[in-house]
Amino acid sequence: MCKSDQATTSITRTDAELVTAMCQDPTRRALILTALATGACLASVRPSIAQEDLPGSNERPQKGDVLVFAEGDRAGEVIKPQDLQTGGPPVRAWPRDPKTSVVRKGSRLNEILVVKLEPAELDEETRSRAAGGVVAYSAICVHTGCPVTAWVKAAGGDKDVFKCVCHNSEFDPRQSAQVVFGPAPRRLPALPLATDAGPLTVAAAFIGKVGAQQSR
Amino acid sequence: MVLKQWLLSGLLASTCLVSIAAAGPIENYSPVTTERLKNPEPGNWMHYRRTYDGQGYSTLDQINTSNVKNLVPVWTFSTGVVEGHQAPPIINNGVMFVSTPEGQVIALNAKTGDEYWRYKRQLPEDLFQLHPTNRGVGLWEDKLYLATTDDHLVALDAKTGKVVWDTKVQDYKKGQYLTLMPLVVDGKVIVGGSGGEFGIRGYIVAYDANTGKELWRTFTIPGPGEPGHDTWSGDDWKTGGAPAWMTGTYDVDARTVYWGTGNAAPWPGETHPGDNLYSTSVLALDPDSGKMKSYFQYHQNDSWDWDEVDAPMLIDLQRDGRTIKSLIHPGRNAIFWVLERKPEGIKYVAGWPFVYTNVWKSIDANGKPIADPAHKPGVGKRVEFCPSLWGGKDWPSAAYSQKTGLVYVPANENFCGGFTGEKLPLVPGKLWLGTKPEDIGLTPRPGATHFGELQAWDPATGKKVWSHNFPKSQLFGSVTATAGDLIFVGGTNDRMFRAFHAKTGELLWEQKTNSGIVGMPIAYEVDGTQYIAVQSGWGVDAQRIQDALVGKVPGLENNVPQGGVVWVFAVKK
Repeated sequence: MCKSDQATTSITRTDAELVTAMCQDPTRRALILTALATGACLASVRPSIAQEDLPGSNERPQKGDVLVFAEGDRAGEVIKPQDLQTGGPPVRAWPRDPKTSVVRKGSRLNEILVVKLEPAELDEETRSRAAGGVVAYSAICVHTGCPVTAWVKAAGGDKDVFKCVCHNSEFDPRQSAQVVFGPAPRRLPALPLATDAGPLTVAAAFIGKVGAQQSR
Repeated sequence: MVLKQWLLSGLLASTCLVSIAAAGPIENYSPVTTERLKNPEPGNWMHYRRTYDGQGYSTLDQINTSNVKNLVPVWTFSTGVVEGHQAPPIINNGVMFVSTPEGQVIALNAKTGDEYWRYKRQLPEDLFQLHPTNRGVGLWEDKLYLATTDDHLVALDAKTGKVVWDTKVQDYKKGQYLTLMPLVVDGKVIVGGSGGEFGIRGYIVAYDANTGKELWRTFTIPGPGEPGHDTWSGDDWKTGGAPAWMTGTYDVDARTVYWGTGNAAPWPGETHPGDNLYSTSVLALDPDSGKMKSYFQYHQNDSWDWDEVDAPMLIDLQRDGRTIKSLIHPGRNAIFWVLERKPEGIKYVAGWPFVYTNVWKSIDANGKPIADPAHKPGVGKRVEFCPSLWGGKDWPSAAYSQKTGLVYVPANENFCGGFTGEKLPLVPGKLWLGTKPEDIGLTPRPGATHFGELQAWDPATGKKVWSHNFPKSQLFGSVTATAGDLIFVGGTNDRMFRAFHAKTGELLWEQKTNSGIVGMPIAYEVDGTQYIAVQSGWGVDAQRIQDALVGKVPGLENNVPQGGVVWVFAVKK
């Protein structure tokens, strides 16, 4: 390429047989509630803002809440165990107050990962919080607060696990979302579930503090 | 005996405790003036790269090639936080200010390591930090300035650490955040926003140093009616990225600030057709008004996430028989750029690849690189390219030695990357990469003998004078040069901090530290003694590269513990 300054390195066009890369990395993904670039874009903010201001939308999930799909074609619909495929992938969910029908999406800390697993794979503690093999955890990584978005083979095993692609922490939902790789300092908070052959409901509040914690 | 002895030792202990507790307001703090910022004393490090020209060069030479082998730690200080410690310790007449992830600033006695005060920002609990780091505090008069990941600019009293003012820059809930060290010019505090993965519209903004009042804001993507707007299609300009997340450099004589800009968003160029001004560029700005005087775009229609945010070094270069007032920038796009500051604007002088790349076929006479379409990510197809997303050199700074006339580059060789582009709508609240994060790859080139490469280039001739290769590690840390003919750098996964001979590249000294070093080494002097300081604290992208390489490179170090420590060294007497 550049002639006069061509030095010890040169640009050549080789097909460096690159192995399809599996890694994760620089990246990032996210889920905050509203993300718009600039003031100039504010005019296009979706009207969902109003929904997020409703009373209770900021409160953490509570016993009796139902879970609704957070995204996709069925966003807002109630999740039933039969909607989920055993072995994953997980779906993203919001809790919804059954009395007021307010979806608690006023805080990104309320977003939940729901996955259906073989009950036999769950450890005792996890099974005690599961509803027919369905388990739920906070979707917010406890490392620096990124959303946990990926469902991939564990770095150190054969099974699929939750992965935060921000900084590569992995959590095994069969073992109370124990950290199996990466910098996360603790498990994802679990959300105990119940089901009475109908929709999934929240059986108790999150176990543990949701989100990242400052060092001191 | 014992009771008396016990009482005595208890008394001593409490005396010590009192002296620690009594550490507090800094006495006789030296106010920082325009004149001092223009001509910083040799013993101080008050700018990101010590001087406005961004050279990363200290004129101190008490520590030099003959005695560096006797360099020993004189004190250390644990920051108490994890993740990437990227900031240079900032030095003002015996006082050291260290900033860390989580929005923390620690004021220390630079000679003894005793703490004066500590500021810790209470970050919002729903904050999501893609890049949990900070790159330093700017100084002005008796205040210092911290840019935070929850997108505030905070002024602290340098003597006490108390907040003087706290200004919201934009909204962190909208993907806006700040990680850079503010640039202070004539009482203006200038910062630029991060958020190139969130569909932001980048900007550079100046505040009054005394009041926190916004003085001007220049968007890095022109709006309707502004020059360059036609390099975007439709409404792409509103969400096209071009963040500005590194400190600018400043030409004092020409009163011009040079500021680098980042990737166009989302990543695949097909999703934002056009040249996409002023992404992946250097901008020349008037510090009084923010008005753009000139620009140079390092590559058009960015498709590789190659932020060119590291501001160019200002170097008077003897080249082609004349003195060139140059801008030097070893780019993330793998091209080593030599540009010229002319009255009519920035002009291309020369460019050449400093690591292997298969993306560029040539550079035209105006400095426009021509991409090979086979290695330019698009929509609906997987494309591989070299170097990787992290480029030939990411944000860590190169340095220039005024003694050797060489530029020292923390390069990464033999890495390639790839992803499959997707056209996705911007969903408020979600990152917006234009690909699945799980799909992004980092792959060593077949037959690679090394990855990290500390390079010494002669910018006058384009000749590589020496290089030091790291067979089992990336090189992800800023470089500092000193008049002692020493080059200091960390950046490797073996936790080493190293000194090289500036002329020959010979490794003269190394010290294993607590963690990996992604921070910037500095040189300073107190009471006639020269010190070298650096923060050791691995994280962010150095960690991401590490995670991506595990299993692909046999023998790769897979245990780089996190946790920050400030290290200070001097020659053993």
